[in-house]
Amino acid sequence: MTAPAPLLPLDRETRLALGLASPAFLILAALFILPLALLLAVSLQGAEGLSLAAYAKLLGTPHYLKIIWNSLSLALIVTGISLLIGYPASFAIARAKGHWRSLMLACLFLPLAASVIVKAFAWTILLRSTGIVNQTLLFLGIIDQPIRMIFTETALVVGAVNIFLPFMVLPIFSVVAQFDRRLSEAAATLGANPLQAFLKVILPVTMPGVIAGVALVFSLSVSAYVVPTLLIGERFPTLASTIAKSYLLTREEAFGAASGVVLLAIAVAVVMLSARFGREGRR
Amino acid sequence: MNRIGLLIAWAMAISACIFLLAPLLVIAAASFSPTPVFDLPTGGASLRWYQRIGTLDGFWPALGLSLQLALVSTLVSLVLGTAAAIAIVRGRLPGAEAFAAALTSPLMMPGLVLGIALLQAFRGVGLSNPWTSLFLAHLVITLPYVARTMIAGMTRFDFTLIEAALTLGCTYRQSVIKVMLPALAPSFLVAGLFSFLASFDNYPVSIFLTDVRSKTLPIKMLQYIEEAPDPTIAALSSLILLGTILLLVLADRFVGLSRMAGTNEQE
Repeated sequence: MTAPAPLLPLDRETRLALGLASPAFLILAALFILPLALLLAVSLQGAEGLSLAAYAKLLGTPHYLKIIWNSLSLALIVTGISLLIGYPASFAIARAKGHWRSLMLACLFLPLAASVIVKAFAWTILLRSTGIVNQTLLFLGIIDQPIRMIFTETALVVGAVNIFLPFMVLPIFSVVAQFDRRLSEAAATLGANPLQAFLKVILPVTMPGVIAGVALVFSLSVSAYVVPTLLIGERFPTLASTIAKSYLLTREEAFGAASGVVLLAIAVAVVMLSARFGREGRR
Repeated sequence: MNRIGLLIAWAMAISACIFLLAPLLVIAAASFSPTPVFDLPTGGASLRWYQRIGTLDGFWPALGLSLQLALVSTLVSLVLGTAAAIAIVRGRLPGAEAFAAALTSPLMMPGLVLGIALLQAFRGVGLSNPWTSLFLAHLVITLPYVARTMIAGMTRFDFTLIEAALTLGCTYRQSVIKVMLPALAPSFLVAGLFSFLASFDNYPVSIFLTDVRSKTLPIKMLQYIEEAPDPTIAALSSLILLGTILLLVLADRFVGLSRMAGTNEQE
């Protein structure tokens, strides 16, 4: 008796690997790729068959273009500020030794692990007119009377930077921690001034971390929902709040789906751009 | 690095630490507020808000549902993600690199988009049970965290150790249980931690899959904050924070924060 011939001419190890990978692959296909394809189909659904009406409404009316711009500008500002704080901070954390480094890493991990809702709620307390920020500014004589901060753009940016900053610091830190300090010393020995050493040696070497951090913070903040909801509310509609509203309140699902596809396209574009720049950086 | 650069770096790092910790400290302080308006406890701390957490409308079922979802989805993801990681790192898997990238891609995915996509899909196949929908959704949320950490962990694992164990007389099963699993324990712990927290804190995906009777804790919390923010919510937030700190301390003891931050340095 001969064994039945296998369906595919695969050796035992390949079949074992396929077997191990298939449950995760099926989950990915059935619960991620197919639903996204379905979402695209729903976004193209009009009253009578295929239609681009939802996209025309989203990309053709000033009101909704403003909403897309709100999401993009929030992400740009939050990413920029996070980079300005996070880049130098990563160097200090990487240079720190022993307990200092553990302490500073704990300062990153604890907020990172803490619930987003809890942190956003804390900012609503901090920024209210009788809150600590106002009290401190009054005490320091910077302002004469409490200023309105909650439900303003400032509150939104402060809260969002607070929540997304660790995602900027960690990738940069992990690159800087492996950075050989002797490189910049060598540059100095060879006659480079500090600025040249920074631009020609330190910046290019740490670029992969910067690109990873920027991509992460941008894609997280462009789709943020909880932070804008609690810190600014309906005054500042975003793509994310438009999606939620279309599905949960107004039941305009084709429009909500189209907004989702546009948000997804932005996120995918960021990932692809960062992968591309990452490759070029390594060259 | 020159002195001015270093000075800027330290100033930024210290202000960043204070800035990042500020909301957590404020929540903890407000939870002891003697009055219902978030006064800082200058006169006398009060524990009454902690006693009132249990009386929040719908709190216990929401906590139960969130814990169940986080635990079950993390456990299933750990098994499936580890199997996939073995196949990717060790097996002869066609297209392993593309598969690894695909497995971690939901991490970069806007949560709300995944939420509405799953809502459409579940409706399409007639799945209306909220527990099953939420569980499947949380599987997609947690699997990428596990896959990413386990792929990195396995890449670092020295598989010749298994051959060494076999040479020394272990059976294959023993060598996996006695050599490979302990060496990968830190990866399991980190994967489980991030996966649990990602599920427990998820709002943007869950919001589309719940019904009136089954709401997860984050959904309930946002509702409490929007309806009637009082120090009871701060007390609840502080307890969640305390739980998170305990998990992190545990992870730090077994893994070390530096390694969790993704550096390969030896400490």
